[in-house]
This record gives sequence, C-alpha cells and structure tokens, in this order.
Amino acid sequence: MPHGDSSRVGALDALQRIETVGKFIMLKRVLLGVAIGCVLSAAHAEEPKSGGVVNAVIQPEPPGLMLAMVQNGPTQMVSGNIFEGLLRYSPKLEPLPGLAESWTISPDAKVYTFKLKPGVTWHDGKPFTSADVLFSIEMLKQTHARARNNLVMVDKVEAPDDLTVVFTLKEPFGPFIGIFEVGSMPMVPKHLYEGTDFKTNPNNNAPIGTGPFMFKEWQKGSFIRMVKNPNYHEKGKPYLDEVYWQIIPDAAARAVAFETGKVDVLPGGSIENFDVPRVSKLPGACVTGAGWEFFSPISWMWLNLRNPILANKKVRQAIMYAIDRDFAKDVIWNGLGKVATGPSASTIKFYTDDVPKYPYDPAKAKALLKEAGYKGEKIRMLPLAYGETWQRWGEAVKQNLQDVGMTIETIATDVPGGNQKIMEWDYDLAFTYLYQYGDPALGVSRNYITSAIAKGQLFNNVEGYSNPEVDRLFAEGATAPTDAKRKEAYEKVQKILVEDVPVAWLLELQFPTITKCKVKNLITTGVGVNDGFRDAWLDK
Amino acid sequence: MKQFWRTMLRSPSGIIGLIILVLAIVIAVAGPFYFPNSPWRMVQRPFVPPFTVAKVPLGTDALGRDVLAGLIFGARVSLLVGLVSTLVALVVGVPLGAIAGYFGGRIDDALMRFTEFFQTIPSFALAIVLVAILQPSIYSIVAAIGLVSWPPVARLVRGEVLSLRTREYVQAAIVTGQSNAWIIWREILPNALSPVIVLASLMVATAILLESSLSFLGLGDPNLISWGYMVGAGRTVIRQAWWITVFPGVAILLSVLGLNLIGEGLNDALNPRLSREGR
Repeated sequence: MPHGDSSRVGALDALQRIETVGKFIMLKRVLLGVAIGCVLSAAHAEEPKSGGVVNAVIQPEPPGLMLAMVQNGPTQMVSGNIFEGLLRYSPKLEPLPGLAESWTISPDAKVYTFKLKPGVTWHDGKPFTSADVLFSIEMLKQTHARARNNLVMVDKVEAPDDLTVVFTLKEPFGPFIGIFEVGSMPMVPKHLYEGTDFKTNPNNNAPIGTGPFMFKEWQKGSFIRMVKNPNYHEKGKPYLDEVYWQIIPDAAARAVAFETGKVDVLPGGSIENFDVPRVSKLPGACVTGAGWEFFSPISWMWLNLRNPILANKKVRQAIMYAIDRDFAKDVIWNGLGKVATGPSASTIKFYTDDVPKYPYDPAKAKALLKEAGYKGEKIRMLPLAYGETWQRWGEAVKQNLQDVGMTIETIATDVPGGNQKIMEWDYDLAFTYLYQYGDPALGVSRNYITSAIAKGQLFNNVEGYSNPEVDRLFAEGATAPTDAKRKEAYEKVQKILVEDVPVAWLLELQFPTITKCKVKNLITTGVGVNDGFRDAWLDK
Repeated sequence: MKQFWRTMLRSPSGIIGLIILVLAIVIAVAGPFYFPNSPWRMVQRPFVPPFTVAKVPLGTDALGRDVLAGLIFGARVSLLVGLVSTLVALVVGVPLGAIAGYFGGRIDDALMRFTEFFQTIPSFALAIVLVAILQPSIYSIVAAIGLVSWPPVARLVRGEVLSLRTREYVQAAIVTGQSNAWIIWREILPNALSPVIVLASLMVATAILLESSLSFLGLGDPNLISWGYMVGAGRTVIRQAWWITVFPGVAILLSVLGLNLIGEGLNDALNPRLSREGR
C-alpha cells in the first residue's frame, strides 16, 4: 500500500497484485528512459512537478457545492478541495495541521486551544481569522446536522486574538479532536455570509473558500471546473493548474472514459465492482483502497429483534456462522474490503479483534438453530437496492441461510421503498452500510445504545437492541478523560456486542480509487480524494 | 380430431414448434429431478466458461451458480408464467368479448370502450407500473401480464360472436327459448374457439417475452430464477462472460419461436378452408 496503513495490508491481496503490475509497468518505463540516455533517477522521478490538468469523475452530480449547506458524498469530494477545515487527518486518523497550525489540549481534557496559520486568505483576497471560525461554528449549527451533534458538548468558543480559538467543553469528550475534518466542519467566509439568508446567498453557487483550488465554472450535467489558487498558504502548492470533475451518468460510460483517457481519476464507487479488476489491469492504471479510513464504511444486516425468532441470541449467532463472508469479499466485492469482526471497523480508534469469532461454519449454524427450536418459520430479507453488487449479495446471503435450513423470502423493493420499510421496522433482515467517522462515539455507539431507538430513522438503533451494560460502557467511552480509559470501555463493549450479535456484521467495505499512474500523491489523508488535490501532481 | 393432428403434423413449422415446446416442457418438469440443488446455490468458482468443467457444462455465472441449472429452473418459471397469464387473459377476455358481441348495443359500446381504454395504454409500460405498485412477485407478474393481454382476446371473440350470432342455428336456439348463457356457452363459443386457440398460443409467447423483459429490468420475482433475470444479471459482465447472457437468451428465443411456429401450425390445422385443401 502506498500510504503505509499496515492494518489494511493482507486484506488486499487482489489489490496488491494489481499494484505490482502497475509498478512493473512503471519500472519498465524508467528502464526505457535510462536506455535512451535520459538522466532520470528514481528519486528525481518522485520530485513533484508543477502544472497540468487532471480530469476526475464525480458521481453522481452533486446537488450543490456549498459544503456548509450540502454534505452529500460528491459535494464533499469536490468542495473538500475548495474549502478547508481546521485539521486534516492521516490514514491512521491522527490529526494533522490544516488551517490550525498547532493545538493544545488542557490536562483536564476540557479546553482545546487552536493556533491558526497566519497569512491565510480567502479566494477573494480577504484574510482568514478567528472571527471566521466563530462565525462558521454558529452557521454550521444551523445548517449541518452532524456538526451540530458533534458540537453538543461545547460549552463556549472564544477568540482571544485573531489567530487563536479556544473551545471549552462541558465535560471531557474523547472524540472531540476528530470533528474538525473539512466535510465535518468546513470554514466559511464570515464577510460573505454574515447577516444573509444562508439558503439564498449567491455565494452558494460560486463558493469561496481558503482551499488549494478555486471554483471556476459548473456546466450542469457536464463538468465542474476548478483552478489553482495562486495565493494558497502552502508555498508551491497546489501543483496542478486545473481540475475538471466530469459528470458521466452511466457506469459503463465512466469506465470507457477512463479507458480512452478522457478521465484520469475514478474515485471509489465510480464504476461497478465487477469492472474494477478489468479497468485496474489497463496499462497505466493504478488502484488503491486507501483514502476511506475516516469514513470506514461497514456493512451489516439489521436483525429486527422485535421478531421473536430473531430475538433469540442463538438464531442470531447461527446467522453469523451461516453467512460465508469470505465468499462475499472475494467474489461479490472482487477481493476488496475485509470481513468485519464486530461493530467497529478495524481502521477506527479503539478497535479490537479480541472478540468472539464467527467463521463460516454451516454445521454449527444448523446446530444452533436446532438448539433455538427454529422450525423453518419464514424470515423476510430486504436487500439494498443500490445496484448489481448489492443485489447479488442479497442472493448469496439468502442461499447461505437456506443452506442451513432457514426459510428466507426476498422482498423486492426500490431505495425509497426499502428505506420506508426499515424506518417503520417492517423487516426481518435488511442490508445496510454506515460510515463510522473515525471514532466509536461519533459513528458506532449510535447503532447500539437504547436512547437511539426511534421509529422513522434509517440509521442509529434500527434493530431495537437494548442492553444497559452496553449503554453504560458507550457513555463511559465517550467521556472518559484518557484514551486508555476509553480504550478499556470500548474493548469491553465490543466483546459484549459481538457475543450478542445485535446486527449481523458483514464486511468493512472498500471503494477503490482508480487513477492513471501519472497522477501522483492524490491520496494522502484519511478522506482521500476529498482533500487530495492539494498534494497531487502530474508526472508528464 | 385425427384430421387436426394430421394437418398439424404435415406442416413442418407445426412439427418443429411442437418438438421445441415438448422438449421445453419435459425439461421444465423432469429437469429438477436431475438437479435437486437450488439454482441459486454457488457450486463452482465464478465465471467458469462453458464446456470446461464437466459438472457445470454451460459454465457458471458471476457468483459461481450453475447456468444450466438456472436454465432448467428458469424454464419452469417462464412456461408457467406464460401459460397462467394467458389463462388469466382468456378468463377475462373471452366472457367480455362474448357478452359484448352477443348482446350488442349499449353493452357492446360500454365494454368495447372499456377495452379500448386498456388498449390505448402501452402494454409493457402498464405491466411495469402494475408490478412496481404491487411489489414484484410471481403473482403480481402473472396478474400484470394477464391484465395487459386480455383486450385483443376480447376484441377477437366479440368479432367472432358478432358473425356467429346471425347464423340460423343460433337464431333457432333463441327461438326455442334457451337461456342466453346456454346459447353463448354451448352454441357460439365452441365455434368461435379456433382463432382464439391460435391467438392464445401466440399470447403464451408474448407473455414469456413480457416476463423476461420484466425480470431483465429487475422486476422479476426475487425468489425465483427466470431466463429474463439471468440475462439481466449477466448483461453487465457480457464483456467478460458472454455465456451467462447468451444461453438464457437462446432459451427465450427458442421457446418463443417454438410457440409462434405452433401458432402457425394451429392456424393451418384449424382453418377449415386450409385443412380441407389438405384432404
């Protein structure tokens, strides 16, 4: 893996193979260079070069680009390069300097002090100061649901001077250092938004940020163009002159656009899984699974615990043993991803694999079902209507469960219909996948704590699991003052949950990013392409 | 009856059609005894090309499921949907047409306007809407196909009944005071049947196509494998694995062709003028 996240290596045999091919081709090119007498050392080849235009696919077309107002995946991907947050995050989710060049946390873990980078300007030339930070926080509380939740623990925010911002918390909140990512808390220009109606502000159509790229034009249905910010606060960056985000509605056409060289970057999820191996093997194509660590999407089946059959822990464990998750990974996801061991993805904080294991074991599943007294009652299954991959997955899991003697009926549905059924708890098994946002308190606890049970929501505690001990441990984990204490609570809770199987965890998903190998250094952080064009450069 | 078979078997198209249909029925009925496994079971590695592994002669699909098993179980669904939905269409269309043609006047007007209302809506679009509203299942598919295919039956039967109603034997039956239902059932319908039979054989073919198209679009019954589903699921990987789409496609082609040939043969055999020529 190019960005050294050791925990992922091993899960990606297929990818590694593909990368080896890519490296071999690169090597050949270098050898050729030497042969014709060019002075071209490998070290020299890695020196960033300035200039060039990169075409990337954006799928689907974002509904808007004002990151403080719209937080769709595609919006985050484009606008993460126009706006910036106070911090950036490494693939291991350690905070990195962003608009804040340094930060300190008080010993009681209640006061966070950020020193802003001097000399930062907005795209229109006005300076960026602590007043913008204070304003952004007030605005995001109104327009950004997740930011509002993340800021619940904040008692007050102050700006003692132009380059200092101080957050004071009501009580220690461990994940707090993880909420300053650009999509979670983008900085907005106060001078353009203060006192205006946020929804109708004309700047929403031509957003102004502090980021490495400036918004230039948007031909609806065709492309979004952004150009280099010549006054960017990192000297010499960005390297690229322009980035075009191409809008191509059909998955096959996107693959063809990459093949013909019309686009250089296919962000995760741009093409269908089964096309990934073919496209990755094209000459000059490089592929990586990195750049999703912050989101760490993890897929599972909701088990409706209100159904008396599924309320039986043995039945739930039987389901875990019955599902061949390695098959799903290797065949349906083409080797991408990793079998999930429990509620936390292996890439987020306080993950432990010291939990009960559920290998594929149909015999054990059958025995457990027998013990539970299951007699072939019908169980309804709701696949996720997100296209081919998910449909095939539903078929495979259904077959797995039928092989151990369960009677499964697939309910055919579209996305809104399926969502409706989940929100009304009208399902027995239902596929889903959720982002984890780097910390169990931000992305994991919401799916298992009693207070998150409510009809009419698509996420959170849809399965209806309630365990006072789990509630207590999650609360303890969120507010414990030290990481060691947090770790202890979260490791305990993971063990309890995995033993209890409130939902049937399937895979940690991976959405590979495919690029032309000449696009270098695109993915350097835990959000990947979303803020990657800052460091990207083109090898000509 | 003997005469019918003789004419039917004399026309080459009829024979070919019959052979294909009988073969399809035998496969659909007997096949599952040779393949006791569910066609959804993953039996081999994915994308095994055809004719390479003896256990899966027609190869495997994207999940490693046996294409041949899919074809065999798919035959059941396709034929069943074809036959049952045609039956539904006949059950709706024949009485409506007969009543309209027999009674004439306002009843005729009302029923024919109603029929035309259905005829003006593109049948495939209507079928999609019906299946989408009712949630895809084998029942909703049969109902939808039946509902969009009855208008031609009604119109055909009405025309036949209109012309038969003026015949002397029908007039005689009316004069002797027999009930309307009796006259329609015993006197008129048996004589109006031959074109309906020909039409029905073609309707089975159309219904198979409709079901395949619905499944192709992902509106098939998710619990049953069908040829249309196989084509739809394999379509996206056609560049890597042609066999997943080609074999079920050929199966659809052959069965629809067979049914059309039978229709032609039936037409020859049941048409009194043509069959007399054969004498």
